[in-house]
Amino acid sequence: MSAVTSAHDAHDDHGPKKGIMRWLTATNHKDIGTMYLVFALVMFFVGGAMALVIRAELFEPGLQFVNPQFFNSMTTMHALLMVFGFMMPAFAGFANWMIPMMIGAPDMALPRMNNMSFWLLVAGGVLLSSTLFMEGGAPAAGWTLYPPLVLQTGDSLPFAIFSVHLLGVSSIMAAINIVATIFNMRAPGMGLMKMPMFVWTWLITGFLLIAVMPVFAGAVTMLLTDRFFETSFFDAAGGGDPVLYQHIFWFFGHPEVYILILPTFGLASTIIPVFARKPLFGYHSMVYATVGIAFLSFIVWAHHMFTVGMPIAGNLFFMYSTMLVAVPTGVKVFNWIATMWKGAMTFEAPMLFTVAFVVLFTIGGFTGVMMAIAPLDAQYHDTYFIVAHFHYVLVPGAVFMIMAATYYWLPKWTGHRYDEKLAKIHFWLSVISVNVLFFPQHFLGLAGMPRRIPDYAVQFADFNMISSVGGFLFGFSQLIFLYIIITTIRGGKKATGEVWEGAKKHGLEWTLPSPAPYHTFVKPPKIK
Amino acid sequence: MKKTKQIFAHLFLMLLGLGEANAEYALNMPKGVTRISNDVYDLHMLILWICVAIGVLVFGVMFYSIYYHRKSAGHQAEQFHDNANIELLWTVIPTIILVVMAIPATKTMMQMDDVSEPDITIKITGWQWKWEYDYLDSGVHFFSSLDAESNQARQLGSGVEAADVDNYLLNVDNPLVLPVNKKIRFLLTASDVIHSWWVPEFGWKKDNVPGFINDAWVSVEKPGIYRGQCAELCGKDHGYMPIVVIAKEQAEYEQWLEEKKAQALAEASSADRQWSQAELIAKGSEVYQANCASCHMADGQGVPGTFPALAGSSVVTGPLDGEVSIVLNGRGMMPSFGAMLNASDLAAVISFTRNGLSNKVGDSVQPLIIKPLLAAMTQPEEDDDW
Repeated sequence: MSAVTSAHDAHDDHGPKKGIMRWLTATNHKDIGTMYLVFALVMFFVGGAMALVIRAELFEPGLQFVNPQFFNSMTTMHALLMVFGFMMPAFAGFANWMIPMMIGAPDMALPRMNNMSFWLLVAGGVLLSSTLFMEGGAPAAGWTLYPPLVLQTGDSLPFAIFSVHLLGVSSIMAAINIVATIFNMRAPGMGLMKMPMFVWTWLITGFLLIAVMPVFAGAVTMLLTDRFFETSFFDAAGGGDPVLYQHIFWFFGHPEVYILILPTFGLASTIIPVFARKPLFGYHSMVYATVGIAFLSFIVWAHHMFTVGMPIAGNLFFMYSTMLVAVPTGVKVFNWIATMWKGAMTFEAPMLFTVAFVVLFTIGGFTGVMMAIAPLDAQYHDTYFIVAHFHYVLVPGAVFMIMAATYYWLPKWTGHRYDEKLAKIHFWLSVISVNVLFFPQHFLGLAGMPRRIPDYAVQFADFNMISSVGGFLFGFSQLIFLYIIITTIRGGKKATGEVWEGAKKHGLEWTLPSPAPYHTFVKPPKIK
Repeated sequence: MKKTKQIFAHLFLMLLGLGEANAEYALNMPKGVTRISNDVYDLHMLILWICVAIGVLVFGVMFYSIYYHRKSAGHQAEQFHDNANIELLWTVIPTIILVVMAIPATKTMMQMDDVSEPDITIKITGWQWKWEYDYLDSGVHFFSSLDAESNQARQLGSGVEAADVDNYLLNVDNPLVLPVNKKIRFLLTASDVIHSWWVPEFGWKKDNVPGFINDAWVSVEKPGIYRGQCAELCGKDHGYMPIVVIAKEQAEYEQWLEEKKAQALAEASSADRQWSQAELIAKGSEVYQANCASCHMADGQGVPGTFPALAGSSVVTGPLDGEVSIVLNGRGMMPSFGAMLNASDLAAVISFTRNGLSNKVGDSVQPLIIKPLLAAMTQPEEDDDW
């Protein structure tokens, strides 16, 4: 353990700068990773507060707190901030912190660009949030920004579009950096097929990001010119087509959801073997399944558009291709269960969140298969059924894995053990409340409640009330998460280098001391 | 507190399987009243049960493992990590299940898509925030918006309990009326932004896209009242544009058609007489609340940054011609009300805005003045700038 880390001792002048300059001019992957994670955590609470405004208004029928326009701004901003401000930066944070340590690299391949991509993210996030205070309010046409409705946005439209550009540039830079790091910085002996699954999934995610973020940037730029420069890309009166936007958006948007879920899969594949004390089952098929899902993500986009009036051949093609996604995804779930099978499992917080992820994500997967059936989607589309579906795959899916990974690596980052008992309380509160929050939404959708409405008919009242109760419980449970993170940073039981029993066998990061020194693997480790 | 108790009582009933007795607690998709909606329901249940069966099996294995392969239960970890046969098996079996699902799905899809040989064709146009119905075969034509009672109760801080309003948010002033057991083809489009026409009992929804025409069909098997809503986010009042369809026997349907035609004639002739100013303002106030208040607000104060105020507005207090032109033709986000309202209603509402909403211009406009302007609007126009 010490053999690989002592090399940096002579480089004390390369330690962190003092004060604010350490962060503004950071090029160290750990500092930048920390900033990404802190930013994501802040946005998690900002976006969460918006969700609570939504659930408060929907607690009872009738309008109690906000007007419909502001309600629509809340749903729109909640989604945009959660996707671009919380989940993507959280995964970028894990990648920055962990990928160099997992592949035995001293840092990211492009450390200065790394700094720039983080600070562009902050600029984009702040600009997007500032639209809340502009005349006419924040964008309120949904996170998909469909024209012609989005063109009715007030003063905030160009700011929202420019913030999307900034966020896009930031993600592309991060993706290029991660891909370059994985291809060029691996320690000798770390072949591609020896990489941890988290690194693999991020490699694929990096390519997805590079492929689709420019498409999104193009789509919103066309919105900008339609609004301000008299083009008619999406206006039938000028020869355009509003549905064209939807095709372009979802060509970005569907890979985008896999950008959120593939690193999640990687985290599950990293955590389960450690706590089952067994190697990952079917490593090769995991890699191939990831590649398969990434490929399919490019040919399923119009399943978001089964009701726009595509020809039947189109509907059938996208129905079949979407159903196919279930096969590689199924392989992953089966492999995780096979990894658990005949292991010697323990259930610390990271494993608890991961087990909940496997079950609840799969429930989201099942409703995904149901919605893939085009004639059924004619009923499910744009109802609370889809709201339940994508929150199941994103909240107890991606968000639970972000929490699992935080507990998993927090001792490595801080050198302290977190309070396991409190973390278990956080887990149980979260897993119960998230189901109280989202499960009744399946019933609401099937019974006929459309999504994105601030008020509803009285037959939907009871399930909405239950859902809101779950929402507030889930929201406030996350304060425990915040408390645990802060107290663990400030102190606590000293963590060993390995942290988790037998973890050394599962990843290079566990061969380093905790907290990980400022510079690691300055000399590459030996990989067996 | 009482509400909370109610919820728990009902949850308990639902667990006992008694929930279905209470129509208020719909847990599942309605079977609906068309053959397609029944096919959709059956397919939905089939796929649901397949998913439940797979879930029970997969999670069963997982929880068995979680219980028996615990370290605390003294289980020793084995170190296997590959098995080509089983991996092949769990790739092939799901593929077969998917093919089994795809076959009935394709059949239903093709039936849904077959709009050929309709008995009646109705054009449905989505507007912010109302529906326009155009019976292409019989010339009957009207708008359908949220009913006045719901509209009043839905306002922020209205003080009206939603539960006290019949069919809160699911009721309209003019419902769509259809004959039963006839193949009705809908042509769907929109005038401003995308909307989506959805009645769950019919088993489908379809988007209304401005500038394009989609089609869909329905053949209702049972007379009754069926309610639905706009399903595509279409702006601030997206939640307030319900759909009500009344399916009637053929004879009653024909009687309704005749009534509608007579009503249209009466409305048209009302434009040919002189109206007193008081009459115009009284009528205009009604028209204003139904058509204008959702943006310009009931008191004419508008919403700063989005919808201009009419109280004290330079257009409303300025020359009459200017206001008439904007109301008839629209401007920016404001739709062309010349396409929506008749001459009497337009004259009334313009007169009202000039003398109500704390404006005191004093003049008014007669339906007879508006009528030729409306007629000119339907003529193809050369000059775009008017």
